[in-house]
Amino acid sequence: MEDVVNAVVLVTNFLVVPATAYGCQLALGALGVTLVYGVLRFSNFAHGEIMAFGAMVTILVTWLLQSWGVGFGPLPTALLALPAGMAVTAGLCLLMDRWVFRFYRRSKAPPVMLLVVSVGLMFVINGLIRFVIGPADRVFTDGTRFLLTVREFKALTGLSEGLAIKTTQTLSVVVAVVLVAALFWFLERTRTGKSMRAFSDNEDLALLSGVSPEKVVAVTWLIVGALAAVAGTLYGLDKSFKPFTFLSLLLPIFAAAIVGGLGNPLGAIVGGFVVAFSEVFLTYPYRKFLAYLGPEDWRPDGLVQFLSTDYKFAVSFVILVVVLLVKPTGVFSGKSS
Amino acid sequence: MSDFPATLSARAGGMLRAPRKSALFAAMAALICLVGVAQSWSLALAILNLCLISAIMTLGVNIQWGYAGLFNAGVMGFAALGGLAGVLVSMPPVRPAWQAGGAGVVLALAAALVTIVAAVLVHRRIRQRGYRKLAVALVVVAGCFAARALFDPAVRAIEAVDPSVTGYLGGFGLPIVFSWFVGGALAAGAAWGAGKISLGLRADYLAIATLGISEIIVAFLKYEEWLSRGVKNVFGLPRPVPYEVDLQNAVWFQEWAATLGVSQVDLSSIVVKLCYAALFALVLVVLMWLSEAALRAPWGRMMRAIRDNETAAEAMGKDVTARHLQVFVLGSAVIGIAGAMLATLDGQFTPTTYHPLRFTFLIWVMVIVGGSGNNWGAVLGGFVVWYFWVEAEPMGLWLMDFITSPLAPDNPVRSHLMESAAHMRLVVMGLVLLLVLRFAPRGLIPEERR
Amino acid sequence: MSFLVGEELTGGYGGPDILQGCAIAAERGEITVVVGPNGAGKSTAMRALFGMLNLRSGTVHLDGEDITALAPQARAHKGMGFVPQTDNVFRSMTVQENLEMGAFVRDDDISETLDEVYGLFPALKDKRRQPAGELSGGQRQQVAIGRALMNRPRALMLDEPSAGVSPIVTRELFERIVDIARSGVAVLIVEQNARQALELADKGYVLVQGRNRFTGTGETLLGNPEVRKSFLGG
Repeated sequence: MEDVVNAVVLVTNFLVVPATAYGCQLALGALGVTLVYGVLRFSNFAHGEIMAFGAMVTILVTWLLQSWGVGFGPLPTALLALPAGMAVTAGLCLLMDRWVFRFYRRSKAPPVMLLVVSVGLMFVINGLIRFVIGPADRVFTDGTRFLLTVREFKALTGLSEGLAIKTTQTLSVVVAVVLVAALFWFLERTRTGKSMRAFSDNEDLALLSGVSPEKVVAVTWLIVGALAAVAGTLYGLDKSFKPFTFLSLLLPIFAAAIVGGLGNPLGAIVGGFVVAFSEVFLTYPYRKFLAYLGPEDWRPDGLVQFLSTDYKFAVSFVILVVVLLVKPTGVFSGKSS
Repeated sequence: MSDFPATLSARAGGMLRAPRKSALFAAMAALICLVGVAQSWSLALAILNLCLISAIMTLGVNIQWGYAGLFNAGVMGFAALGGLAGVLVSMPPVRPAWQAGGAGVVLALAAALVTIVAAVLVHRRIRQRGYRKLAVALVVVAGCFAARALFDPAVRAIEAVDPSVTGYLGGFGLPIVFSWFVGGALAAGAAWGAGKISLGLRADYLAIATLGISEIIVAFLKYEEWLSRGVKNVFGLPRPVPYEVDLQNAVWFQEWAATLGVSQVDLSSIVVKLCYAALFALVLVVLMWLSEAALRAPWGRMMRAIRDNETAAEAMGKDVTARHLQVFVLGSAVIGIAGAMLATLDGQFTPTTYHPLRFTFLIWVMVIVGGSGNNWGAVLGGFVVWYFWVEAEPMGLWLMDFITSPLAPDNPVRSHLMESAAHMRLVVMGLVLLLVLRFAPRGLIPEERR
Repeated sequence: MSFLVGEELTGGYGGPDILQGCAIAAERGEITVVVGPNGAGKSTAMRALFGMLNLRSGTVHLDGEDITALAPQARAHKGMGFVPQTDNVFRSMTVQENLEMGAFVRDDDISETLDEVYGLFPALKDKRRQPAGELSGGQRQQVAIGRALMNRPRALMLDEPSAGVSPIVTRELFERIVDIARSGVAVLIVEQNARQALELADKGYVLVQGRNRFTGTGETLLGNPEVRKSFLGG
């Protein structure tokens, strides 16, 4: 019996907890992609870099706060800096729209044109980030590292397997839940939110109803920028901040958004967790887990790992392919076919 | 209604544009010569060779984007497959590795193939819906386990064979030029798969799917050591041209260098690079001729008709998705050829050098700057953008030095700016892409109306 | 002058002119119906009245005011409502939200209008929490009309309200449209279903190739042998 409990704790520690935190980060990223797609109708390849930009601004403000001797007790100082990061990133998005996207929107360019333009922006932002903060790896979390350490857990339960929960993981979940709740309240309950949904659902009819497209687009970019800054910062806090990684995050984020149906915010959240859990569960070696469940003194021969962790991005791709083959509109029926 | 005036004006435009085209190419040649005079001729030729390869890659992307409006975000992956072809074709086979695990790998591949065939058969035979999916899933999972059981020990055995030198199966020991064809074929195969899945859906899906497939191809090449040594890299790919050392040892060459009055080392380097340039130029000319012929043929007219109005073309009974698949495969094959040529030039295969900004998005800048839809434009774009990409670094450093010259040499702002100058070229490339798209969307050499 | 008047309307979607100088007028409290063969420019004429078409020449007046240069949104503010033929509801939004979107430009209390619309289409009240995309064709058409009514339009234009709706449901829909007209709205309908529409029309237009061919009360047009032969199938 104790073996079973140990197996469950093992899985929780190495799979459920990290996957939940990662799922929250992906969900926030995918929400940004899906909102842009819903309202502006193109896949924003610059989204990964927008996330990186938001994280960078947060890091810079964090350093500034730290240099003033300001801290946030047990929580990372970055949490105090986050609102600044959100505001600056939202501003960046508005500028991007004003200087770049608006022209193509008004000339009714095909979506793929906007996609190519977003690639150009990706270059620019990526270069700017490296110019400002450099390509190096940065760890910027401070405060208490663990909410629950392995030792505390073992002392508490007397089990041989430990369970640790990092502060940053908890933070990812809490911040994501608060933000998502606020976003859905906004979309479902407020006039502006409803007009955004209406615009995303049926642009012509929204215009007929007197919705101002410029306002909807501006509000969308504000939200997307703020969400991206949070997603980038949480990811950077949990792992580390490295400008390169955000380009490769693009694939799981798009996979998450497509699984849930592009343009569907609820779908993006579910998609984020589907991708995160599949990635973590398929690349985990189950050797020790099976050893707990199997008979005494028995261990599986190999690592019992479905895929090497090197291929974790392949998981999102496979999910993407399956969705495209089986149900291209996504599980929650997005906008496109 | 007659389109006669339109034809006339197009002809006049073509005539007007011919000098512009020549002038632009002449200017490009002058720029390369400038490097020769100011820096060194060896460097100038090195730039020229990469310009030629970039031009071929750009031609491939132009076939997809310019002819058909397909966005391929996976140029990197197709180019990397070309590099893999270089290894597989030219390196000598590693016999001990084949003995250790060759059979196992072949069996595993056979098992994978059988699984796919079985899955297809099951899918065809079983009619009930829910039951069918379950059966297919079971076949696939069982097949995966069977293949893995054969594959894992074989791979371990192969990778254990003299890991510091080989540890992989090696290639077929053929002349490396064949790899250019094989690279094209590998890339075409991968493109067929990606296109089959995502074409016919929204244009964005192709972009995302190709982004994914290229990431996976590169991951595969990095971690499958049994195939191409992964991050341990493969060095010393055989060359299609003479080695510098051999030239320097040849008596006729020593005499030639003496008559020209240049050092043997310099001359040998220049001669080798010229040989490469001749080979690459030959490939470029052939591909260019084929592309131009295709554009002029009814096939090209049909492709443009589909690009300009998909709905109308579909209404006229054209199978748009099938045409798109065709053009996507062709373009990717050209990218694969260029990838194999690049590995040939480098003489090595290093999977870690494949980075999307360099291999996917830079090629895109080349296409857009050159003039999408025009093969000459694509080639010129490849030349211009590669040239400035390489030369931007010294230029950027010089510029930063100039801008920050009022500051003291040990000023932290100055040292940070000097260090970061290299990153500015990403910003510049992005800005070039955005500005060209916005203010000169037809590029340096616009598409001709035929 | 009539309440809503389009005169000498000429223009198209960039290609050849679809409208070649046609004129349409609608009165408050009346139903005006535009019929004609396929490709006659019926829907185009309606889009022209709502400003969704770049007219080459011609004018549009609402209540004596020249609105030719106004954008569709501005015309919505002026009290014009438009129900497109297809895609005329927000599928992912609930019935109630669809109606709220109809009143988007209003700042005052909309609950009274909401009650009126639910009074007109009682079926919608029961389904008000359901996404509009899940409703049947007839109910979706009711949502579309209700959405347009929420802005309390003085002129309401309907593009083929009977499209994709069964004859029985169409009859009921038309009865509601008569109610709307009688409450003082100028109703303009474009219909493929010519006979049924002309039966309730106060005034009818027959358009052919972008020009007015016949004009008269619904009754006269139905009685006109030439109209019957060419457009009503004998």
